[in-house]
Amino acid sequence: MALIELKGIARTFQLGDTTVNALADLNLQIDAGEYVAVMGPSGSGKSTLLNLLGLLDRPNAGSYLLEGRDVTTLSPDEQAKVRSTRIGFVFQSFHLVPRLSAAENIALPMTLAGIPAAERGRRVAQALKDFGLENRADHRPDQLSGGQRQRVAIARATIMQPALILADEPTGNLDRHTGEEVVRLLEALNGRGVTLVVVTHDQTLGARAHRQLMMEDGRLQHDSALSG
Amino acid sequence: MRLPDILRFARDAATGYPMRTSLSVLAMSIGVAAVVILTALGDGARRYVVGQFSSLGTNLVIVLPGRSGTGGFNPANAITSTPRDLTIDDAAALLRAPGVRRVAPLAVGTSEISVAGRLREVMVAGTTASYFPIRNFELGQGSALPEEDWGRGSSVAVIGNKIREELFGSAPAIGQLVRVGDRRLRVVGVLKPVGQGLGMNTDELVIVPVSLAQALFNSNTLFRILIESKSREAIPESRDQVMEILKQGHRGEEDVTVITQDAVLATFDKLLGALTLAVAGIAAISLAVAGILVMNVMLVAVTQRTGEIGLLKALGATSNTIRLAFLAEAAMLSSLGALLGYLLGEAGAFALRQAFPVFPAYPPDWAVIAGLGTALGTGLLFGVMPARRAAQMDPVQALMKH
Ligand SMILES: Nc1ncnc2c1ncn2[C@@H]1O[C@H](COP(=O)(O)OP(=O)(O)OP(=O)(O)O)[C@@H](O)[C@H]1O
Ligand SMILES: [Mg+2]
Repeated sequence: MALIELKGIARTFQLGDTTVNALADLNLQIDAGEYVAVMGPSGSGKSTLLNLLGLLDRPNAGSYLLEGRDVTTLSPDEQAKVRSTRIGFVFQSFHLVPRLSAAENIALPMTLAGIPAAERGRRVAQALKDFGLENRADHRPDQLSGGQRQRVAIARATIMQPALILADEPTGNLDRHTGEEVVRLLEALNGRGVTLVVVTHDQTLGARAHRQLMMEDGRLQHDSALSG
Repeated sequence: MRLPDILRFARDAATGYPMRTSLSVLAMSIGVAAVVILTALGDGARRYVVGQFSSLGTNLVIVLPGRSGTGGFNPANAITSTPRDLTIDDAAALLRAPGVRRVAPLAVGTSEISVAGRLREVMVAGTTASYFPIRNFELGQGSALPEEDWGRGSSVAVIGNKIREELFGSAPAIGQLVRVGDRRLRVVGVLKPVGQGLGMNTDELVIVPVSLAQALFNSNTLFRILIESKSREAIPESRDQVMEILKQGHRGEEDVTVITQDAVLATFDKLLGALTLAVAGIAAISLAVAGILVMNVMLVAVTQRTGEIGLLKALGATSNTIRLAFLAEAAMLSSLGALLGYLLGEAGAFALRQAFPVFPAYPPDWAVIAGLGTALGTGLLFGVMPARRAAQMDPVQALMKH
């Protein structure tokens, strides 16, 4: 059974009189444990696709099965639960809460899910160690470098042990070296069985993925898995 | 999300934006403080006047010569000419009324008082021993007028404290002889000093037996008859009895006015109640302004934090969690503001009482409750309303605002 199964997905935006087809008739299957890179020119619908996969947005048409369950018909709160337990996000601009420390940012998904403080503390301590942030635990985001911020964000995305990690240009705001480091962290997660979908403009980064999806004008123009 | 976590999150959010937080707390506390201080002022004024009137005596029924059109309190009665005079016999007859406890006739005039060459003009009140308990007069030294036949008029006087100071200084006054008009009177008592009140200033009063005063002023009329009713409930009944008896004595003519202190008090109470209400209105407006300020601050806060709300949603927060977090924050801000405002208001009222000790500037309970209630209500409402809207936004829409 595929982890993700999209059938006939369409997403349109209404901009005044014109209708923008951000995604049109999209069919896609991703199996558990895959490492997928989504590429394509700007405005081709990569972020829109990722938002749909992450249940941050709803399609105008089509169905989305996540682990065999149709998630497009779920209520907002049921979708929140799915996001909480099954999906982790990594954003280009980190999206950390500025007033919270690194440790608190990492713990945030667990806090929201109502996990007891003792358990949170244990898991955060482990995550800080795994991502080399032990002596940054009490620093606020503005006291961290870009690479450290993205590591905090990745730690936060993995803290609930999701099946799927969605990263929208995770290296977009980082220099080549730190970007490389962040990608290696994500790949290590994939190595432990987490499904990884990365949107990137970077050809070499995209080439490292086991499967490449090329988007153009809201359509899947090329899928390396199908062309062999 | 667990409750302690929600509270901690809300607290961090509040302290994370100190400018916004202090602004809304300030707005709230000014609103509440205004309510507390303004109503304390209004209600203090009401209580002050009611207190002054009560000190005139309790359960008082007053007979004035002459008929007034409305039967209500009308200061003009005090100076209108009288068709038929009130006499000592009229006053004595009133003792027959079953609802009446005490009766004191009152004749008033001015005269000169002198002792050992010191001389001054004074107000002289001619009355009887019962005048003292009726008016709640207390004696600083000596005794009141003697209980005696009202027609007798022994040559004694009770003097006000200021008169004593001026005539005798530190020398003893009791037992001394003073000259009032053409009479030599023995001082038997000195009134306790009271200072300026609403009624006449008793510190500069000389009280003598009523028949002596009438002889002094060469008249046999009375200025007033003061009657103390047996109880508050008996006041209307006493009033009717008094009217009836006087009518009989005056050959069936209703040529006197009987007023009850109750009527006077009620009129003033109403007037001042209206004043307090007006003050409360002003206070309510200031509270509404504070509410609108809080609303704006909260609106800006939620707009500022739409991105954060989107992020929380992406991380798995339900709309309920988000509403709760904002509710907790609004509750913290408004209770802090309300508490601060209350303390500020009480401090202001305290300062008022210190500055004007005679003025009982205490905020009434209803005003405090209404002030705190409105503050908390508007704070919560305006804190939660925008958060509700934000919680219903699509996560992706909210996230894009980050
Ligand atoms: N909220 C929105 N309202 C209107 N149009 C939108 C909205 N979001 C996306 N679009 C449009 O949908 C199309 C796809 O946008 P999307 O953000 O998915 O592109 P992208 O591939 O991620 O581009 P980039 O590489 O620049 O991030 C674009 O034409 C964009 O203008
Ligand atoms: Mg994009």
